[in-house]
Parts: sequence; C-alpha cells; structure tokens
Amino acid sequence: MNTAADSKHVSIVNAKKSDQAETKTIYSVQNFNLWYGNNQALYDVQMDIPANKVTAIIGPSGCGKSTFIKALNRMVELVPSVRMNGSIYYDGKDIFRPKYKVEDLRTRVGMVFQNPNPFPKSIYENVVYGPKTHGIKNKKVLNEIAKKSLKGAALWDEVKDRLQENAFGLSGGQQQRLCIARCLAIEPDVILMDEPTSALDPISTSKIEELVQTLKKDYSIAIVTHNMQQAARISDKTAFFLNGEVVEYNITDKLFSYPDDKRTEDYITGRFG
Amino acid sequence: MVVNVRNMMKNKKSNEFLLRFLEKAAPAFFLLCAVISILTTIGIVLTLVVETITFFNRVPFMEFITGTKWWPFGKNASYGILPLISGTLLITVVAMMVAIPVGLASAIYLSEFASFRVRKVVKPILEVLAGIPTIVYGFFALTFVTPMLQVVISDLPIFNALSPGIVVGIMIIPMIASLSEDAMSSVPSTIREGAFAMGSTRLEVALKVVVPAALSGIIASFVLGVSRAIGETMIVSVAAGSTPKLTTDVTDSIQTMTGYIVQVTLGDASYGSTTYYSIYAVGMTLFVFTLLMNLLSQFISRRFKEDY
Amino acid sequence: MNLVDKQVVQTRMNKRIVSNKVMRQLFFLAAIFGIVVLTVLLYRIFSEGLPYLDWAFLTNFASRFPEEAGIKAAIAGSLWLMTVTAPISLVLGVGTAIYLEEYAKENRFTRFIRMNISNLAGVPSVVFGLLGLTVFVRLMEMGRSIMAGSLTMSLLILPIIVVSSQEAIRAIPKNQYEASYAMGATRWQTIRRVVLPAAILGILTGGILALSRAIGETAPLLMIGALSFIAYLPENIWSGFTVLPIQIFNWTGRPQEEFHLVASAGIIVLLVILVLMNSVAVFIRNKFSKRF
Repeated sequence: MNTAADSKHVSIVNAKKSDQAETKTIYSVQNFNLWYGNNQALYDVQMDIPANKVTAIIGPSGCGKSTFIKALNRMVELVPSVRMNGSIYYDGKDIFRPKYKVEDLRTRVGMVFQNPNPFPKSIYENVVYGPKTHGIKNKKVLNEIAKKSLKGAALWDEVKDRLQENAFGLSGGQQQRLCIARCLAIEPDVILMDEPTSALDPISTSKIEELVQTLKKDYSIAIVTHNMQQAARISDKTAFFLNGEVVEYNITDKLFSYPDDKRTEDYITGRFG
Repeated sequence: MVVNVRNMMKNKKSNEFLLRFLEKAAPAFFLLCAVISILTTIGIVLTLVVETITFFNRVPFMEFITGTKWWPFGKNASYGILPLISGTLLITVVAMMVAIPVGLASAIYLSEFASFRVRKVVKPILEVLAGIPTIVYGFFALTFVTPMLQVVISDLPIFNALSPGIVVGIMIIPMIASLSEDAMSSVPSTIREGAFAMGSTRLEVALKVVVPAALSGIIASFVLGVSRAIGETMIVSVAAGSTPKLTTDVTDSIQTMTGYIVQVTLGDASYGSTTYYSIYAVGMTLFVFTLLMNLLSQFISRRFKEDY
Repeated sequence: MNLVDKQVVQTRMNKRIVSNKVMRQLFFLAAIFGIVVLTVLLYRIFSEGLPYLDWAFLTNFASRFPEEAGIKAAIAGSLWLMTVTAPISLVLGVGTAIYLEEYAKENRFTRFIRMNISNLAGVPSVVFGLLGLTVFVRLMEMGRSIMAGSLTMSLLILPIIVVSSQEAIRAIPKNQYEASYAMGATRWQTIRRVVLPAAILGILTGGILALSRAIGETAPLLMIGALSFIAYLPENIWSGFTVLPIQIFNWTGRPQEEFHLVASAGIIVLLVILVLMNSVAVFIRNKFSKRF
C-alpha cells in the first residue's frame, strides 16, 4: 500500500490549514462508554471534533467506529438494548441531558449512511422531505431548496429533467448523492458519514470524495471509512479506533506519516485489519 | 462374523417391484389430492350456476338485480336483491369504520412504537381474538353490544345494523392489524434511519415514510377485510334481524345476503320452490362480490409491490 | 443563502414533539383495544355461564326448559365431526402440499392450483354450505349426516392445511434432501423417510389450528341441516347430529333470557375446547421450532 505517497500532496494543503490557530470545537466527547446488552462496544472515548474540518474515523471492522458516529446524533438509541455513560457535548451542550431534544439535534446534524437509503418516493419528494417535515410549506421555497441541495450534492445536472421519477431508478452512486442532497436540504451544521462509499463503484466513490472536499467549506464533516487511502485523501484529522478504544487521534498527515502508537503503525501498513 | 452390507442390500432388492410401483403411484396420488381443490372450486361454481339458472327461469334477471323489494314468501313474492345488498354494504361500512382505524393504528403501534415486550403480549392476544368463533361474537353483539348501544340510542331496536356492524369490525381488526403490520415490518429499517437522521419524530417516520412505503400491503389488507365483512354470516344472522330493507339508516333492522341464506335453510322452504332456488342466486351474488374483492386484494399487493 | 428559516423550525419542533406523544398514546389505545374487548367478552360469558355449568349440563340432552338443557349431544356431535374431518382434510391437504412442493413443475397448471387454493381460502363459509347441501346432502344422497358435514368441513379447511403444510415442508433445509439422494434413495423414499418425519410436527400444528377453526364454524353446518334439537347420540357416520356452535346459536335465538345464560355456559365449553386445542398446537410449535 502506498498510503504515505498518496497522502503526500494532500498533506501540503492540510499542513497549511492546521498551521492556523486551532479552530472551534463542534463536538466534545468525554469519557464515553457504550454497551450493547452486556458487550461493551466503546471504552472511555475522549475526542474533540473541530468545526469546518473533515474528521476521518478509521479502524478494522467491529472496532466501534460506526457505533461512535451513530452516538453523535443519538441514532444508536434505535437499538433497544443499548446503554451509555459519559457525555457528548455538541455546540457546548450535553446531548444526553434529559431535556435535550433529539429531533433538534438531528436537524442540526445530518447523516449519510453506508448503503444509500432513499425513500420510495420521487427524487423531488426525497429532497424536500426534511424541509416539509420541519414546517416549510411554500412551494417556491421548497423548489429553491431542492435545486440548491441537488446542486450542492453535484446531482442537479443529472436529474433536473426527471425530478418526479422514483428515486429507486437512480444508480447506486446517484442514490447516495441524493441522500447527501436530502441531508443538505435541512441546512445542517454537521454531516456525519458512515462509510458512504463502501457500497459504490470507484467512479462514484471519487465523485463523493470530491463532494466532501467542496462541502467542508460550509459544513463540519465526520466520516467513517475502512479505506485508509480515502481517509488520507480527504480528511484533516484522523482517529484510529481499535476494539472500541481511540488508539490515536491526530492531524491526518501526522498520523499516517509518523504514528505514535505501534498498533496504528501496524494497521496503516497493512499488518492487520 | 463379517456383515456384508452390499449383499444384504442386494437381497432386499427382491421387493423392487413394490418400490417401483410406489415411486409411480405416489405422485399420482398427490396429484389427485391437488386436483380435489380444483374440483371443489368447480363444484362451487357449478352448484351456484346450475341452481341460479333454475331460479332465473322463474324470476326475470332484471327484476332480481334492479328490484327494490325482497319478499320471497307467499303469493306476492318479490325478488329484488338490492335490499339484501344494501344491508350487506351497511354492515360492511360500519365494520370497516371500526376495523380500519383501530386495525391500522394497532399495526402502526406494534410495528413502529411498541417495545419488544409489549409486542410479545399484544400479538398473541390479537391471535386469540382472531380465533374466537363467529357465533360467540354474534352472541356478544346481541346480548352485550346492542343493550349498551340502547343506553345511548334509546329507540334502537333489538335487531339493527349498527351492533353487528361494530362487532364484525372487531372481528376483522386482528386481520387488518397483522397484515398491515407485516407490510410495514417489511419496509427496510435503513429507510427509517434515513428519516430519523433528519430529525423526524417516530410519528413522522411512521406516517410519512413507513405507511406510504407499505401502502399496497395495507390497502390489500383493507380490501380483504371488506371481503370478510361481506361474507360474515353468524354475527349478522344473530343480531341484524331478518327484515330486508333498502336503507342507509344503521339503526334499522336489516338483512344481509348471508343472513338470508341461513334464514331460508333454517326454515321449511320446500325443496324445489322458488324460495329454495333463490338462496343460490343470492349465494352466487355473494360469491361474485367476495371473489372480486379477493382478486382485487391480490392484484393490489402484487401490482404495487415495492422492491426495496 | 439560508432558505430554511431556523426560527420556524424551532417553533414547530415543540408542536411536532407533542403530537408525536399524543398520537403514540392513541395508537397504544388502539393496540390494547383488543385486550379490552376480550376481557369484557370473557367476563360477561363467564359470569353468566358459570352458574349453569355443571355435570348435568354436560350430560343432559337439549330441552325446552333452560334448567334441564344440556349439551351432551352437541359435544358428541362435535367430537364425531372432528374425528371424521381430521383424517380426510389432513390426507387431502398434506397430499396437495407434497404435490406442490415436491413434484409440481413451475408451469401454468401449478400456478392455477396455487391461485385456486388462495381464492378458496377467501370463499365465505355459507357458500361451502351451499356446496355441501347440494352435492353431499342431495346429489350424493348422504342426507343430513355426519359424513356430509365432515366432507363440507374438510373442503372448508383444506386451504389452511395446504398452506401450513407447505410452510412446514419448505422449512426443511435442502441439505437433508441431498443427504438422502446421495445415498441412492428415490424421491418417494426421501419424502417418506426424510421430508414427512421432519415436517410432521409443523403439519400437525397447522392441522390442529385448522380443526379449531372447523369446530367453531356454524354456518355451513346449519345449512346442510345439522339439527339443533336431538335427544340421542350419533351411532355412525350416517347419523344425524348437532354441534356445539349450532346448539349455542339455537339458545341465543330464543327470546327467553335464561336461554342466553345457557348459551353462555355452552360458549364456555366451546372456548375451553378451543384453548385446549390451541395449547397443544402451541406446544407442538415450540417443539418444532427448536429443530434445524
């Protein structure tokens, strides 16, 4: 694997950015533990996620990276047997406070899933689902939102003439970009991506990666990936998870070039995982 | 002693003839069984058609389907089926007004809201409700629901369309609930997650995403429910009365197609009389109605099936 | 730049959360509606019927006097009916299922049989009654006998047995077949020694549930002319008979209030039989689901 070589030219860009003063923190995770039934999936996670950056989370399958990202918008609670302690602060507020509205959190934090999951509705209805749910009824505004979101997801040109067709007719890569558009439509601050390209072909994957680069101007992005090159290509910071623990969390360039931990080195050089 | 399996098997082959016979006879026998189900259908259709033709030799077809008076007894007999159809539809409408909201709401609760433990209690109870004989429901309608309704509607007669209609609805709830729930459960959870992740409440996920996605299955269950209500016999025989009436008033005593058939077979309508043949004409009408509903239900669930 | 008005989103959020809570309660009420109905129904029937339920009630014949009325003939009739219906419907139903699952090729005829069976399941029971009355009672001259009733009932529950037997057969893993064929067994031997033993519990469960549908069925038997007032026990399959639901129907139809109480007692007996049959079915089902 030529991870180091791959990340070299990206690293120049990244290095410049990280030279600037540490940006605002959007998520602060403190002593976070999580169990599924009696199996502990996350151990004492400690992590600050910066605003307007791309943060990648890597690690072998079953290391807890998906669980972690789903805890950030409390999607993990949909699993009935889940238990947690510790805290996650979003924008300075503890999202597990009893009074905290999970609907509010998820309005500010969008999510893109591993497999594209459009609703069985038209392309247009998919995009305006969120705004409609949140009370926007004006047809003109909805049309504007649909156009802007689809453009934002680099899908507009491909679908502008068939907005009323069923979303299931799109290709896998198009469906995934539709899901990104759907997520952009409610104008979130953060976008969580859970292995968004693992079900896609290489060309669709590169389109999504380009998209992530554009999106980070306006959004904070956390992306789970099992593809190390991808993490190296697109992220500013990277966290390496192993068996539910954060082994190492650092600026991407640093983590891939000079890992502090032996286990990180073993993983990125392909010795396991 | 050495056991020679090969030789033993060879000796056993002596009854090969029997084996070969069974190998041929078995499929023939099973095919015969399968053919019986077809013969049953043919039997039903032939019975209805032949006896209905006899009936129409005595009563003009047009009088039957357009007549507004059903009075199959005595000299001035009149065979207009519309009152029986209106009675049947009245029961069906009342029943569906109970069964659709309650059944669908139960299905939504069980599929989208209920914890595993609640589901484990409620679902078997729905199964029990579905297994109660209809005569017991009929008894319940006559001796409990009607007196209860009479407290609210003081001039409600003992026999009326409302009470059996409600009870037929109760009887159908488990069917609509379980079929609709099946349809909703087969909507993949990734689609739900997509909606949750955008800040939807459970209610919005259920009503805006899951129900529309499962709509074909849900509608099919309603149609099947209609078919069951049309064909339901004992509840209406016991509690709806036996006065065929072309009415839309649910507090009236009415008669359904099924109720009429039972009434005639209970009475002493002599074999060969026009009254006797009239039950086949009514049965034929009933059969056509329910068959159309069943076919429609199958068509909806097949034609509009979502492939996720 | 921002098209989504965050203010609107915020003010609407509370309303949405409240309506979620309210509707959740409404849906919950709907879901437990069945429990409420069942409780009321059982309470009514047991409180009215239990005082009438004694040994005499079980061993008396029907009577004009409520206090002397009993269901001996009805219990005997129901048992007779089940005893004759069970083998007929099981042989026909399981045979059809084996044909469809093991022998039938995927062609038009097979699809026709399948469609036919699913449509038969939706035919109202009165129509089966008309069939029984015309074909068995009159055409075949069986009269108003147990045999005529049992044949009608067998056809009525045939679709249920076919479908449940098909499911039981389909649940057998393919490797079981392969193991049998690999040892040189023929198709019939495989069905006889592998498929049927493996599916028998599932078939029985479906069979018992189908029979419990038959034991509560009233309309078709009323139509083929099962009597409600007989003071003798059936002697053979050609005897006249009555069954529990018909006896209950008869008492329900009487104007005297006392007969309604007798009807309740009869319903208790019918429900107890149903519960027993269903418990057996559930017991077998739990045993069956542990295999494979």
